[in-house]
Amino acid sequence: MTTAETSPPVPPAGPVHAAIEIVGLRKSFGDHQVLDGVDLAVPAGSVYALLGPNGAGKTTLVNILSTLLTADAGELRVAGHDVRREPARIRSTIGVTGQFSAIDLFLTGRENLRLMADLTHLDRATAARDVAGLLERFDLADAADRRALTWSGGMQRRLDLAMTLITRPRLIFLDEPTTGLDPRSRREVWQVVREQVADGVTVLLTTQYLEEADALADRVGVLDAGRLVAEGTPAELKARVPGDSTNLDDVFLALTGHAPLSATPDARPEATQEVTAR
Amino acid sequence: MSTTYVVRDSMTMLRRNLRHLSRYPSLALMLLAVPIVFLLMFVYVFGGTLGAGLPVDGGGTRADYLTYLVPGIWIMTVASVANGTAVSVAIDRTGGMFARFRTMDIARVSVLTGHVLGAVTRTLLALSVMIVFALLLGFRSDAGFVGWLGAAGLVLLLAFSFTWLTVAMGLAAGSIETASNTPLVLMVLPFVSSGFVPTEQMPAGLRHFAEHQPFTPIIETLRALTAGTPVGHEGWIAVGWCTVIGVTGYLWARRQFARVPVR
Ligand SMILES: Nc1ncnc2c1ncn2[C@@H]1O[C@H](COP(=O)(O)OP(=O)(O)O)[C@@H](O)[C@H]1O
Ligand SMILES: [Mg+2]
Repeated sequence: MTTAETSPPVPPAGPVHAAIEIVGLRKSFGDHQVLDGVDLAVPAGSVYALLGPNGAGKTTLVNILSTLLTADAGELRVAGHDVRREPARIRSTIGVTGQFSAIDLFLTGRENLRLMADLTHLDRATAARDVAGLLERFDLADAADRRALTWSGGMQRRLDLAMTLITRPRLIFLDEPTTGLDPRSRREVWQVVREQVADGVTVLLTTQYLEEADALADRVGVLDAGRLVAEGTPAELKARVPGDSTNLDDVFLALTGHAPLSATPDARPEATQEVTAR
Repeated sequence: MSTTYVVRDSMTMLRRNLRHLSRYPSLALMLLAVPIVFLLMFVYVFGGTLGAGLPVDGGGTRADYLTYLVPGIWIMTVASVANGTAVSVAIDRTGGMFARFRTMDIARVSVLTGHVLGAVTRTLLALSVMIVFALLLGFRSDAGFVGWLGAAGLVLLLAFSFTWLTVAMGLAAGSIETASNTPLVLMVLPFVSSGFVPTEQMPAGLRHFAEHQPFTPIIETLRALTAGTPVGHEGWIAVGWCTVIGVTGYLWARRQFARVPVR
């Protein structure tokens, strides 16, 4: 892999080409203002972590940037393309691993990866090589020819990530990639993120763990009730938290003077999560 | 998105769909079980009595009833497979696969095309089984090549139209459960049509409904085509219904597909 951007040349927006530029992003569902004026920039080749409790708006933000949802307002550019006007260009550049595994449970792991490879129009030889490589890399080779239905949650999660990587994205969205994973799998995912970054890929991840943001991110944005309430390098943020607590409530108290506003349990029914696409 | 990619992506999606079938033949067999059980039950349990009531000179036999019943059972087979289609679409929708596909730069139509072509393939396979089954039970036909060709055309049209309708139902359903229940209406309606008994024997109100609902002209047309008797104007009504159901299903599905769930 090269470290050069594969997207067509775009006029640089500043000294460093930004992979994500958001100005004034707003989104509401009915009269619930879920994103309330978010500004954010992620330089190409860096890792940005969105830290926030359940209901902060992390998934909504990822869905908007990955062209699944439309914003109500805001200037949004992803990989140099306007989200509203050039969704197809963006889709050819990004990879998304959502908060819940989206894999074909009725296919084997190998077939799931092959499906993604075919949809990316990789040639046979490349597809076969990449599939085998990713199965090895994610420690899924032994189970590769069993249906994903029979796999553990952790394995399904890793398969989801592998399916995202096989499309060779230059920008990856990871929505709570390690929530629910055991410590070993979590470190495994962290390692994968680091390898991607070493290849020049940009990563935007969301998390509820300060230590995860600390381990991976160049910059951290703290999201609460649809607003970025603090931003900085992990070191800057940690310096503002007394002791070395990584408890999200303590972090919030230190950074904002109050507990998270949106710390509501994520109890909404899945089936009501609908949007109208472009 | 160029046409080559539309075709290529659609074939990829179709392959995925057919792989589900080969991986879970038991699911397909369950869908087949419904028409098979009804065929056996109606022919062997009720067939003697129902045959006697057929408007044949001197009253019909069990064999006459078999001939009468089979076209309706074939139509029911199409409906039964379509039922399964709604479920597999709902699984993709609630399981996040549709959302994943939507973040990828692929030909968007291919996602539904894969489901539709897969469903039509399943329908044709199921119908082949049901044709052989009917022949084994003693079904015989006087229809010529043209009649069977017409029958094949009608059934294919019906398969497409029911498939689009149930794809839409699967997309509209909030849960997999709902997706498996809504299309049951397609399994119930044949009972209130000329599929199992001639409508002349029904009470007036019911008879009026039975004669004007889509299944009756479709079944009558298939019956005439496979018996080698004249089709008459019922044929046009049947094609009309199939077209209306298919186009409505297609438009509804397209609308629903734009409202992909984001979990
Ligand atoms: N489709 C939707 N319809 C209505 N409310 C929604 C929808 N999606 C998210 N929400 C609400 O928006 C808020 C933010 O949700 P989300 O972006 O999922 O937060 P997070 O990912 O940080 O937990 C929550 O209060 C949630 O209930
Ligand atoms: Mg979330």
